[in-house]
Amino acid sequence: MDYIIETHDISKKYGDFTAVDSINLKVPRNSVYGILGPNGAGKTTLISMLCTILHPTSGSATVNGYDVMKDSKEVRKSIGVVFQSRALDDILTGREHLEMHAALYGVPSDLRKQRIEEVLDLIALGEKADEFTKTYSGGMKRRLEIGRGLIHHPKVLFLDEPTLGLDPQTRESIWEYIQKLNQQEDITVLMSTHYMDEADKLCDEIAIINKGHIIKSDSPKNLKHELKADIITMKVDDQEKFLNEVKKLDFIKNIMVVDSNIKMMVEGGENLVATLVNFANKNEIMVKSIELDHPNLEDVFINYTGKRIVEGA
Amino acid sequence: MSEWEGIYTIWFREAKRYVRYRSRILSSVVTPLLWLLIFGTGLGSAIRFGTGITGSYKAFIFPGIIGQTILFTSIFSGVSVIMDRQYGFLKEIMVAPVSRPSIVFGKALGIGTASIIQGVILLLLSFVVGVQMTPVIFVVSFLLMIPISVGLAGVGLLIATFTDSMEGFNLIMSFIVLPMFLLSGALFPVTGLPSFLQAVVYLDPLTYGVDALRQVIIGQGALPLYLSTIVVVGFALFTVILAAILFSKREQNLM
Repeated sequence: MDYIIETHDISKKYGDFTAVDSINLKVPRNSVYGILGPNGAGKTTLISMLCTILHPTSGSATVNGYDVMKDSKEVRKSIGVVFQSRALDDILTGREHLEMHAALYGVPSDLRKQRIEEVLDLIALGEKADEFTKTYSGGMKRRLEIGRGLIHHPKVLFLDEPTLGLDPQTRESIWEYIQKLNQQEDITVLMSTHYMDEADKLCDEIAIINKGHIIKSDSPKNLKHELKADIITMKVDDQEKFLNEVKKLDFIKNIMVVDSNIKMMVEGGENLVATLVNFANKNEIMVKSIELDHPNLEDVFINYTGKRIVEGA
Repeated sequence: MSEWEGIYTIWFREAKRYVRYRSRILSSVVTPLLWLLIFGTGLGSAIRFGTGITGSYKAFIFPGIIGQTILFTSIFSGVSVIMDRQYGFLKEIMVAPVSRPSIVFGKALGIGTASIIQGVILLLLSFVVGVQMTPVIFVVSFLLMIPISVGLAGVGLLIATFTDSMEGFNLIMSFIVLPMFLLSGALFPVTGLPSFLQAVVYLDPLTYGVDALRQVIIGQGALPLYLSTIVVVGFALFTVILAAILFSKREQNLM
């Protein structure tokens, strides 16, 4: 397999705090790769190291075949980056942003006009391209930032939480855009996110990261498949008693408690809903609710980390 | 890519942003006019001056007020890089294949341009204080403003390199900008001061800028023009190169 990004035990420490701890990452060329984890898991730190603006404390990484420390300039030429924080000048127009970026990235001046038109076409700013960005909507600003990251035809596009703070409709359109991009251009997308649905929908492969470690990496499909299970979520009046009893049932492979929900992994869940209700009744436990789910990434995440991804958020 | 292109691009962005903030340009011209017209006229008519000032007081402080305008604009624009850092603009530039020194040079030139525009507007308004403007005076003053502006932009960038938040803004005002202004001889002749004050005045780089401008504009400099010019140019080279070196060194702390 051809990997465009590889890291070898890359770590970043701030004093005693280890933000990224010996991460080994392999990102296949032309894939959409997701780094999934809660806030503070080390996603942004990892991306910052890969795009050369933060030096690793130890370990190494290559992007497009170049070492991020030794050949940082070559790495920078190979990548486009969209940071989490908005970085647009409110009194410059969209077109001016693209012009400035093309110049900074050394796009030859005879090519610039054409590239800018291409990108403007892709990000569909329309007539707004010649207005100040302060008049743009959140989605337009994001699209402009992504478009700007593409102007020099990078091999890798880094997107740090690309849809953070956007409304559902805009998120949907950004997703479509990223998918289109990945299909049309010869480009690898490395994105971080803490939205499960986003990772599930967009990414060919995902690395689940928590507290600076990669816990698991695989395709969303395999990750879900690996749970080999459906999930039955129950609420009961006497949780403790129910847990004690239900442990004895051998068709239950794993039990997790999230808030007041008891999540049980089973195979062939359709047939077991009734069994579980009867079982509870027999033990004089009231069932408040019962739900059957096919596993989603969130369940995968809970399974590996023992907690929800968005705590209190 | 040639580094020149990077410097040019960063300069151009800075200059464009400045020109588009019309209100900023307006206020930056009104403030010095208030100084000249109210402070200059008021103090000028209340006090009889000794040998240091031969013409009107307003005309005497005119070059000083140009220096002051350049000082405030350059340093505060330089310091505003702190805000660029907070909002992520700086990351955007840092991740481009442009060398660190080029970023600093581009910034310093861009900020310098903004200051020079203000200086030029003031030069054109010289009739307000009754100073005769000739093409030669105009061109020489313009040339002098370049190293003054860029040097002070360098000071601002140096401060930004070592400061994390805009909270230190008041400190910068009290400990750097105001002393530099007051000690520069913008408002009084630097000759005939008590010796302790005289020593500090000559440590202030702005003294040389103001003196050079004063020599050119009203012919009342205290120092030979070549000497103040050398100091001003040397100072600009020193601060900008130092800022470039430190900015590259402290790159990691800036993120």
